[in-house]
Amino acid sequence: MIGRIFKEGLWTNHPIFRQLLGMCPTLAVTTTVLNGISMGLAVIFVLFFSSLVVSLLRKVVPHQVRIAVYTIIIATFVTIVDIFLKANFPQISKALGPYVPLIIVNCIILGRCEAFASKNRLSLALLDALVMGGGFFWGLVTLASVREILGQGTILGYKILPPSFNPLIVMVLPPGAFLVLGTLVAIMNRLERIK
Amino acid sequence: MKDSLKYNLRVIFVLTFISLICGFILSFVFNSAKAKIKENQKKDIYRAIYQIADDCKNVEEKSINEETIYWLFNDKDELIGYAYLSQGQGYQGKIKILFAVDKSIERLLGIEIIENVETPGLGSRINEESFKSQFKNLKTNVPVECVKFFPQKKNQIQAITSATISSRAVVGILNKGIQNLKNLIEENDR
Repeated sequence: MIGRIFKEGLWTNHPIFRQLLGMCPTLAVTTTVLNGISMGLAVIFVLFFSSLVVSLLRKVVPHQVRIAVYTIIIATFVTIVDIFLKANFPQISKALGPYVPLIIVNCIILGRCEAFASKNRLSLALLDALVMGGGFFWGLVTLASVREILGQGTILGYKILPPSFNPLIVMVLPPGAFLVLGTLVAIMNRLERIK
Repeated sequence: MKDSLKYNLRVIFVLTFISLICGFILSFVFNSAKAKIKENQKKDIYRAIYQIADDCKNVEEKSINEETIYWLFNDKDELIGYAYLSQGQGYQGKIKILFAVDKSIERLLGIEIIENVETPGLGSRINEESFKSQFKNLKTNVPVECVKFFPQKKNQIQAITSATISSRAVVGILNKGIQNLKNLIEENDR
């Protein structure tokens, strides 16, 4: 079971490249690696604590209103993250803008709550949240790295490509996000087929 | 029948209870972070002031009727203008704009967007230099107007394509703010 959780979350059922969930933050905030890391961490935090509460309450919550309850729980943790960023990291909060509150409607979180945390015991739910969050995290960071290197010639703000390199502006614009995502999904599919 | 009543009551109870706990936690978190958030906003305002008025060397805050006005001074300690934070409804939520005017309140020095939750890529482009720089040196004796094509008069700016509501909101909030500021300064001089 544990091995399966790791394999699914990080590779075979990867939230971005396999399930194609959470596309809004994936495409929108991955202009720089720092944004990708912050968004990834925020999602891991929300996913972890939402799974914790949902798994604990799984026998209490009536079936008919479960989605409403999950949404309230998720919204609470997202708002905590939002307030925390505003108070302690105003620059990151500004860079991520409305995408922090939008984590509430990120399908990865609701999806994991409904598909996993509400049906499994606490320890497994927490592990699944961390692994799925980790999968989302490496997806975002990969996407953001490609876009930042090609679009600005930097990584985490440090210049790594020679000055003669001409940055591809399209990479920091929305079309760049789609191009890189499509390429990465294609690579994932190809690797899967070779296996 | 009794069972379904019991079930319904349980639904109501669980929803209410969870919402209450979440609300309680959030108000606690918000209260503990409120002071820091306010401080950050103050820093933003000062950064915006120095960006708009580059010859401004010193800023003094003064409250008139419980509204804060920023008095701008140059390096010779002469009053060069005022800055004021105005807010109002945008397309999706509150927009906060800081603007500065010269000391006779006839000419706009510029604006900065302090806070907005407009649609990313459309309305949020009010935060781009190409939009904000249009407000530099506009006349303020008549309300600023927002037009869709080629502004011709000295009180007009061009709206952002496909974000007319956001552009109009900025102009509306700005006009309201200028009027407020005029009244407050008048009251202060009296």
